[in-house]
Amino acid sequence: MALVDSLTSALERIPGGGIILTSMDALADWSRGQSLWAMPMGTACCAMELIAASFSKFDFDRLGTFPRPDPRHTDVMIIAGTITKKMQPAVRRLYDQMAEPKYVIAMGNCAVSGGIFYYDTYSVVRGADAFMPVDVYISGCPPRPEALQDGVLQLRELIRTRSLTDAPTYERDLTQPGLDAARAGSTDAETLIGDVPERPASGAGESL
Amino acid sequence: MPVEVESKRPVIDELGREVDELVVNIGPSHPSTHGVCRIIAHLDGEIVVKAEPVIGYLHRGIEKMAENRTYLQVVPLTDRLDYVGSMYANWAYCRAVERLADIRVPERAEYIRVIVCELQRIASHMMGVGASGADTGAATVFIYAFEVRERIVELFEELCGARLTYNYVRPGGVSADLPDGWIERCREVVRWAPDRLLELDRLFFGNYIAAERMKGIGVLSQSDAIAWGASGPTARASGVTFDIRKNDPYSVYPRIDFRVPVGENGDCFDRGRVKVLEAIESCRIVDQALEQIQPGPVAAEGLPRLLRPRAGDAYDHIESARGSLGVYLVSDGSPRPFRMHVRSPAFCNLQLLGLLARGHTVSDLVVILGSLDPVFGEVDR
Repeated sequence: MALVDSLTSALERIPGGGIILTSMDALADWSRGQSLWAMPMGTACCAMELIAASFSKFDFDRLGTFPRPDPRHTDVMIIAGTITKKMQPAVRRLYDQMAEPKYVIAMGNCAVSGGIFYYDTYSVVRGADAFMPVDVYISGCPPRPEALQDGVLQLRELIRTRSLTDAPTYERDLTQPGLDAARAGSTDAETLIGDVPERPASGAGESL
Repeated sequence: MPVEVESKRPVIDELGREVDELVVNIGPSHPSTHGVCRIIAHLDGEIVVKAEPVIGYLHRGIEKMAENRTYLQVVPLTDRLDYVGSMYANWAYCRAVERLADIRVPERAEYIRVIVCELQRIASHMMGVGASGADTGAATVFIYAFEVRERIVELFEELCGARLTYNYVRPGGVSADLPDGWIERCREVVRWAPDRLLELDRLFFGNYIAAERMKGIGVLSQSDAIAWGASGPTARASGVTFDIRKNDPYSVYPRIDFRVPVGENGDCFDRGRVKVLEAIESCRIVDQALEQIQPGPVAAEGLPRLLRPRAGDAYDHIESARGSLGVYLVSDGSPRPFRMHVRSPAFCNLQLLGLLARGHTVSDLVVILGSLDPVFGEVDR
């Protein structure tokens, strides 16, 4: 992909290069979405549905998605499960090790927002987007395997419609809240996850 | 076969040079750690001198959260403990609540609980055996095992609408009665499954390569199994004849005729094989329970919306797919538990890793961890 990227900047300078650039762009976007190898970041319950999605009944392979637990070989990280404060630096580190362009799917309520662990627990990060960019959110506790596959199709659509030059890059993502601390080398989980929402005054289940 | 090793620093190699003992970090995100376990392996060449599991990467504070919920609201949290076998944690918790609040469960509800939990045992063991297969390099086993698991998960989905987190067993009974025709469909599955399980047994455990890979690896002696508090298939593979369904019978298990498979050698091979044999036995249990089940209510009558058990404590345990799963509840008379503690079999079995891996190679360490079948939702809670 680095070759395509450098080609675009070179083509922009020559006259008439825009036509080539547009078709190159479409070709590159199409090719990027066809075979998204997934890095399964299965931390909790959703990992079971991630495994189920890969096997015979749901068959992830037919969408060109193949689970490969290696950050260097993969295009999309599927965060399946709760991210605790202890696990968070490892998730971030694996994301950083992935090669550009890279995408993230937050699978399940825990990875989207903290899910049922949003309130009254002290150890759960409230959603993956607190410390890394997320492209596609899939709700459910856990989502069905079909929902995950739909999420991959949504991501494919996103890649196809987003121009090559608009593809998210690591530098742009770093402007997200909470990440300045990560860049500064802070490993303190509290500073990394940013603002922690307070629990409402009325306790859960009090009114029953 | 394990090699006699001794942890010493510095290590002297065969040429008399001083070499450092190599410390290798495995995890917390590693395909062979079955979740988010981190292992700090001290290696002498390829031989594991010491392996320490580091846990807590999935500590979600479920026990603490339970203190802020009413007794009924805790049930969905217990789903997330052992997420490969959610029904067990539901049931163990509900039994503790029922003991605390003196709730009598209708007979039909007890039968339904036995049926779903034995189906859950098959589904859970299929995940365990499949993962063991993948650890030894036989990914085909996982696909065979998942065929059975998917059929069971479909039955559960029909029953309570969820594939994984069921929230089905509730204090006083179960959340809903069996749908129309469910018994026939369930019977069809449990009569079809034993053949598939035997095929899986023949395919994997009858295979010379798999046997060579797992026999004599991670041998747990009978006395060690008892001393370290192992339970479930891990203990039974070492010849410990302990099964709560037989030793402290609960629910309607005394009315059902079943055997408990016990291994001889306590190695990875036996730990895996016991699981498949147990799953076949579970099919028999479900078949009998489906014959014996009678119409009737599925939830205790006259149960208040807000349970306020008397002040006191209660402990109850059941035989989960991983071993003896116990829930200890303390009540102070308020509508919320004062304290909940889960005696997690996966946690107690995982501590054996260091003992079993000593003297084996790194590739065997992976197989040993897989054979202990830990679920980290339950280990870290």
